[in-house]
Amino acid sequence: MLIRNPADLVPSEITPRGVFDNRREFLKAAAGTTLGLALQPMSDAFAAEKLAAATKSPFSTEEKPTAYKDVTGYNNFYEFGTDKSDPAEHAHTLRTRPWTISVEGLVKQAKTFAIDDLIKLVPLEERIYRMRCVEGWSMVIPWLGLPLATLLKQVEPLGAAKYVEFISAADPKTMPGVSSRVLDWPYIEGLRLDEAQHPLSILAVGLYGEVLPNQNGAPLRLVVPWKYGFKSGKSIVKIRLVEREPQTSWVKANAREYGFYSNVNPEVDHPRWSQATERRIGEFIKRKTLPFNGYADQVGKLYAGMDLKKYY
Amino acid sequence: MVWPVVYNPTQRQLSALKTLLFLVCLLPLARLGWGLWSDQLGANPIEFITRSLGTWTLNFLLITLTVSPLRKLTGWHWLLRLRRMLGLFAFFYVMLHLTTYLWLDQFFDWTAIVKDILKRPFITVGMSAFVLLVPLAATSNHAMIRRIGGRRWQQLHRSIYVIAIFAVVHYWWLVKKDVTLPALYAVLLALLLGMRALWREQERRQQLAHVSPLAKKRGKVIPIAARQ
Repeated sequence: MLIRNPADLVPSEITPRGVFDNRREFLKAAAGTTLGLALQPMSDAFAAEKLAAATKSPFSTEEKPTAYKDVTGYNNFYEFGTDKSDPAEHAHTLRTRPWTISVEGLVKQAKTFAIDDLIKLVPLEERIYRMRCVEGWSMVIPWLGLPLATLLKQVEPLGAAKYVEFISAADPKTMPGVSSRVLDWPYIEGLRLDEAQHPLSILAVGLYGEVLPNQNGAPLRLVVPWKYGFKSGKSIVKIRLVEREPQTSWVKANAREYGFYSNVNPEVDHPRWSQATERRIGEFIKRKTLPFNGYADQVGKLYAGMDLKKYY
Repeated sequence: MVWPVVYNPTQRQLSALKTLLFLVCLLPLARLGWGLWSDQLGANPIEFITRSLGTWTLNFLLITLTVSPLRKLTGWHWLLRLRRMLGLFAFFYVMLHLTTYLWLDQFFDWTAIVKDILKRPFITVGMSAFVLLVPLAATSNHAMIRRIGGRRWQQLHRSIYVIAIFAVVHYWWLVKKDVTLPALYAVLLALLLGMRALWREQERRQQLAHVSPLAKKRGKVIPIAARQ
């Protein structure tokens, strides 16, 4: 059953996060406007662009979303550096307009979408998802986006298409991390076609009611909530439908530690650390990690009969 | 000015220097305390603290290993009298580092901890380094040096070389992909240990030079004089 009630309180009606988090500065700035000098900090506070109203989704978790400053300040986005504070610091150089996403390969009709057209393709949905990083920490993030299946339907995959490959931008001019050899650029991720078509898989264009911040993978990123975070490629420029399992960046970097599937699984340890528990950002006591990150009811059947220790 | 600069602090100056050094060595901890209090340690403060304490353990190990070469290069023999404190601070920071792991990471789940030590190479090597460091800390006072005897004490404390290597390996193995920092520590450690090996080799050759060619031919073992 899909409940599609229009949201009674849409994220865009809430005070923008940037303003809320800086409310003291905002008040100070407001107090100073009589002098006309304090307009600068005020306009900065409004810098985050709001997105059109989004509908709520039954796939959203009821859990408390992680603080905006942590969601946007603690990121793995190696194109901007390997430290988790690097993306927030360096990603301002990324130019997200103009931006096109081409969907090609084994499809009836290859298409190239301008990002602004893609955002308007269907009404955006709010999806509050758990996000589990392979490093043992997790967050709850209110994404805004559209089902990946919606986009795939537009190009009509051929019967021979078995996998989907996601290719991220790799521009050494705007992405300082690309000049280091830490990964094989461009960042490539992949899903099996049925995983990609699963209603939980989305392309996110925003979070917290705002346009996706650069450090979170602007202007468009994948979100596959039952897999470790690195499976969700950021700043995607190309999506290819292919016959064979794509060679992903992390599999190329270390196939023993990062498998193609990388479903969240407390039973299968990373060779160097246990995956049994996780620290939810903002919490002190660690939680038990759930199979498929708590989405087992929805996605478990995709893997019926598969040895998840072998296909990790 | 002529190098090496001859500088010999008086007893009082040395005491003052030691007090100052003691306070400086506490700064990394104070910084963490302040960062925690003022919420400046980022989204994952526990990870930040664990990492930082580990980094400072490694820093103090390398600083301790710098004392001997620095003394040799400067001729400041009194530097040796600061070494014990530096070594003990390495132990102090590793104790805190270990505590964060046992408490904030594992919440004293001993089964999980034992499994972790046996299964995860980076924890195995890190824990080995810690275990090896315990006897060095325990034998750091004058009474223990007298009891063991200077020569044996020195032999025991040479295990610091292995401990430092283990510590760098521990760091290297825990990093996900970007090994820039562990590599930097490895280079510094290689330099510190390499200097010692080089000097020892030079010393050996000097001693060998004074031995008759005949003795060399017979393959006599030439002991290296114990260094003061």
